[in-house]
Amino acid sequence: MVEFILFAPLVGAIVAGFGWRFITETGAEWLTTALLFAAAIAAWFVFFSFDGNTQVVTIFRWIDSGSLQANWGVRLDRLTTIMLIVVTTVSALVHLYSIGYMAHDENFDESKGENYRARFFAYISLFTFTMLALVTANNLLQLFFGWEGVGLVSYLLVGFYYKKPSANAAAIKAFIVNRVGDFGFLLGIFAIFVATDSINFDIIFPKSAELAQMHIGFLWTTWNAADVIGVLLFIGAAGKSAQLFLHTWLPDAMEGPTPVSALIHAATMVTAGVFLVCRMSPLYEYAPGAAALVLVIGATTAFFAATVGLVQTDIKRVIAYSTCSQLGYMFAAAGAGVYSAAMFHLMTHAFFKALLFLCAGSVITAMHHEQDMRSYGGLRKKIPFTFWMMVIGTLAITGTGIPFTGDLFGIPIGFAGYDSKDAIIEGVWGANGAGYAFWMLVIAAAFTSFYSWRLIFMTFFGAPKGDKHAHEHAHESPMVMLIPLGVLALGATFAGMIWYNSFFGNEKSMESFFHLPTHAEQVADGGAQNILSQEHQIPNALGAAEATKPGAGAIYLREDNQAIEHAHHAPAWVKISPFIAMALGFLLAWVMYIRSPSMPGKLAESQRPLYLFLLNKWYFDELYDAIFVRPMLAVGRFFWRWGDGVVIDGSINALATRIIPAMTRAAGRLQSGFVYTYAFTMVIGITLLVTWMTLTGGAQ
Amino acid sequence: MDNLLSIITFIPAVAALVLAVFLRGNDAAAQRNAKYVALLATTASFLISLFVLAGFDPSNTGFQFLENYRWILGFHYKMGIDGISISFVMLTSFMMPFVILACWNVEYRVKEYMMAFLILETLMLGTFMSLDLVLFYLFFEGGLIPMFLIIGIWGGQDRVYAAFKFFLYTFAGSIFMLVAIIAIYHMTGTTDMAGGANGAGGLLTHRFPYQTIHIWGIPIKGGVQTLLWISFFISFAVKMPLWPLHTWLPAAHVEAPTAGSIVLAAILLKIADYGFLRFTLPMFPEATTIVGPIAMALAVIAIIYTSLVALVQEDVKKVIAYSSVAHMAVVLVGIFSATQQGIQGGILMVVAHGFSSGALFLCVGVIYDRMHTRQIDAFGGLVNRMPRYALVFMFFVMANVGLPGTANFAGEFLILVGAFQVNTWVAMFATTSVVLAAAYSLWLYRRVVFGQLIKESLKTITDMNAREKLIFAPLVALTLLFGFYPSLVTDLVGPSVADLVNDVTAAQAAFDPGALIAPAQ
Repeated sequence: MVEFILFAPLVGAIVAGFGWRFITETGAEWLTTALLFAAAIAAWFVFFSFDGNTQVVTIFRWIDSGSLQANWGVRLDRLTTIMLIVVTTVSALVHLYSIGYMAHDENFDESKGENYRARFFAYISLFTFTMLALVTANNLLQLFFGWEGVGLVSYLLVGFYYKKPSANAAAIKAFIVNRVGDFGFLLGIFAIFVATDSINFDIIFPKSAELAQMHIGFLWTTWNAADVIGVLLFIGAAGKSAQLFLHTWLPDAMEGPTPVSALIHAATMVTAGVFLVCRMSPLYEYAPGAAALVLVIGATTAFFAATVGLVQTDIKRVIAYSTCSQLGYMFAAAGAGVYSAAMFHLMTHAFFKALLFLCAGSVITAMHHEQDMRSYGGLRKKIPFTFWMMVIGTLAITGTGIPFTGDLFGIPIGFAGYDSKDAIIEGVWGANGAGYAFWMLVIAAAFTSFYSWRLIFMTFFGAPKGDKHAHEHAHESPMVMLIPLGVLALGATFAGMIWYNSFFGNEKSMESFFHLPTHAEQVADGGAQNILSQEHQIPNALGAAEATKPGAGAIYLREDNQAIEHAHHAPAWVKISPFIAMALGFLLAWVMYIRSPSMPGKLAESQRPLYLFLLNKWYFDELYDAIFVRPMLAVGRFFWRWGDGVVIDGSINALATRIIPAMTRAAGRLQSGFVYTYAFTMVIGITLLVTWMTLTGGAQ
Repeated sequence: MDNLLSIITFIPAVAALVLAVFLRGNDAAAQRNAKYVALLATTASFLISLFVLAGFDPSNTGFQFLENYRWILGFHYKMGIDGISISFVMLTSFMMPFVILACWNVEYRVKEYMMAFLILETLMLGTFMSLDLVLFYLFFEGGLIPMFLIIGIWGGQDRVYAAFKFFLYTFAGSIFMLVAIIAIYHMTGTTDMAGGANGAGGLLTHRFPYQTIHIWGIPIKGGVQTLLWISFFISFAVKMPLWPLHTWLPAAHVEAPTAGSIVLAAILLKIADYGFLRFTLPMFPEATTIVGPIAMALAVIAIIYTSLVALVQEDVKKVIAYSSVAHMAVVLVGIFSATQQGIQGGILMVVAHGFSSGALFLCVGVIYDRMHTRQIDAFGGLVNRMPRYALVFMFFVMANVGLPGTANFAGEFLILVGAFQVNTWVAMFATTSVVLAAAYSLWLYRRVVFGQLIKESLKTITDMNAREKLIFAPLVALTLLFGFYPSLVTDLVGPSVADLVNDVTAAQAAFDPGALIAPAQ
């Protein structure tokens, strides 16, 4: 079953990529889409029938060198099943949507034989395969394979419009910034191997407690092993998930086709970093220093990206910064030790962010590929279905719901983002109280609400602006594009309420859902269920006494990690603060873009330095260009011209001044063929000599 | 078949002889015949080498397929292979038919061109198989001549300068090795590497004195061993080439014809890695603890330096040439880590880089054949007219970047794992290559392949033909195969490498450089 989910997209990718001439481009589109839907259905089946016990299936041997061993295989636990449904569902819907979205593309001239559709579908199917390889990995190496695989496909898809210089630049930027993160990731893997003599999860996780006691030498001094590994892995996670300092590639990645932005740069690939931190929860539980870094960077990113999102005018860039900000929320939760809330938000975010992106794609199609929101306006009459779907997405991302219903009914009534984002904010409060991270996240919630409603108001309300012709011809998208919107809207509405208790609300549900460690008094009764005799069970899940060991369940929580417990007893002001922030953001957006639309302009004028600072994304690109890109090129030129040219060649040529005249003389002979005749005679002579000696010398 | 190794080695030379003696005339038919004879001979050599591969027993860490004959002046013609040399031998015999196919378009002095490659193959195979220092030196040194001619006669504009630069560098380097070999013979009275049963009497098991000696009052730790180590090292460092002895390589690559570049990058550079594994590590383990860190430091400098230089090149071949220098330095890091992972990764990387750098030079050859220029500026937007070429080029660019799923990744990963166990600074700086390689490789690819096709000269360029596809197909297949299942290589070399690592670590553990101030001899 899991093997089918894993390999169906690969088969689709290969057939669509190499065999589309036999089945036509349309055939390739429908084949990949059908395979993805089959995989998605299978994934939901696995998700619901999964009993919580970790299973490992080995497919074949990969790298085997001394004590370093890594297999291709599948690790099936709750984290994997969550990622399976998220990835396959969004991917299947994006495949379907793309049949409509990619039907015509002005960047390619099909009359000249520039076929692009089969290539596109091959890429997104290949992406799905590599993403699934990532989430099903049972060792860090296979995870890294998927990690780099999604990076490759992201590179190919960001640069899909290969004729556009901006797309090519964005593609390279995405790949290289990710590689900077991978640099840390790889060092983290090496450090884990040195510390535990393995890179397999089954072996690393039970050793987490030892890692916390261990010190390893890294660079100039020795460090706590758990902390240094946690930090190095987080560098990788930050690169992939566009966290602060390594975020610059994500907004530029919007150069890719919009379905790609929805699938890769919103719902799945960029969440891989969050998945990595949650997957490594046993390690981060024992690495308080690294976890604190994750928390601070996550919360800061949530705030930073939200501020930049306030003033952007390109519809896709607004959503991109919003993604960056929401990923910050997830990291904050993971850093605070509330991994389940991070996964919860990852799942709901996948639905509503994919919905927002696909709606944006629908708007962009309607407006003839105009992406500047200043040229939109009044579109709700022209594309009503898209409008309502986008409103649902906005309600979900801003976290709209009815306060205190959680206490009354056990489940907070609201859109998906309401349940998951509040879970994060309460969880962060539960772990650390009302500190830096908590307030950053609450303020970011207000900003989120502001820029999300600003997007809706600028796009769908007010008078039509910009190209008249575009507005007159604006029309609703075809059915294949609208159906995915509807399905995702269902997820964006109900996913939060359905799974609230499993992810965050109820500790008993969470225990059975994630197979959380059953600490102390619960071992007696809770552990008994763990005794199962399934064939592929990992050893740690077998005994009741073993159930508290890290790595037995999908997520490990230390006994002293009481964040969720505290969060459940948070005071009312904590629980209502994100709601108030959301309401304030909405009101401000309404005032500025509906009631008095001249206000934003005046504000930008009066606060010009701040406005430019935000508009230019805190000048990160300029800064990096000045301190990394230019110096590196300059040093490269210096090494080449001066190092290679002057110093090395110069000094050696000086040594050889006596030889150079001889060189030139010999050059003349080389042309005449004298030297080569001579040399050939010599070599043939050696050959003959050896042969003759061999034959006459005889064997000893 | 007692002489399987000699047969593989000398088939190409015999074919060269046949060409020299029997082929007359310079018309189209004669040219075609020369190419077919060369293709036939290299293919035959490869096919027979498959028997060696099949008959090879990986669990036996000694030398296999031994041949031993008395030769001149008391030296021996002694050949044999073990787990370390077999991958080099197979790489050579596998790559050569593709090298011949890559020069199918040559029309100038075809017979001599083919002879040069055939003789070069014999010399390279001999280098990897010989178990006698003098024999090794002959093969090693002899390989210079055909390569020198290939660059100097069939090369580009500045071929004469490049050929002499190549010759002088390598020749000067190998003089050091010659001196070392004479010294070894003087000290031990033998040049036999393998010796008799269990290596008795062979140089590989000989312990060279490592007591500190004083030359002009300067103490030299590791003594004689260190001096020998350095002599061998200079010779191999030139060949590899290691910074700062690398400048001959970009010049040679740029001027060499496509097939010459392929041989150079895919096989000739690997002789240095082979040399480190065959001579430096097993014969001078104590000296390695003293001087090895210097080699590691040079390699780290090389990785960063040449990667940055690759970033600013304007010539397609120079980018790939500098990239080769950087990747060879990564291999060196793996080898001198003297760990199981590092050395296995190094050998895997040697094989992987053989495929990928060969293929990348072929990629350059494909467009050079059509446009007769290698300037990056002369291209742009090739994907519009050459989609298949774009795909293959992308594949090998990604292999060069070390993407998981390619053999290059498996090799690089193991190397870096090995390095991390020994020195985290070295590992960290060597790991920067994953970022830098991505930067120069993708930047090159973007400028050549992506973008609008604007230049008039490119508007009629044609995609790859059947011959070109035929060359690339096996290289793609093997890069993927060894990427997803590297055990094919690591299992083959594993036991021999484990043996080597054990010997080296045992020797190093017993060695204390600080306590050896007293002159012992």
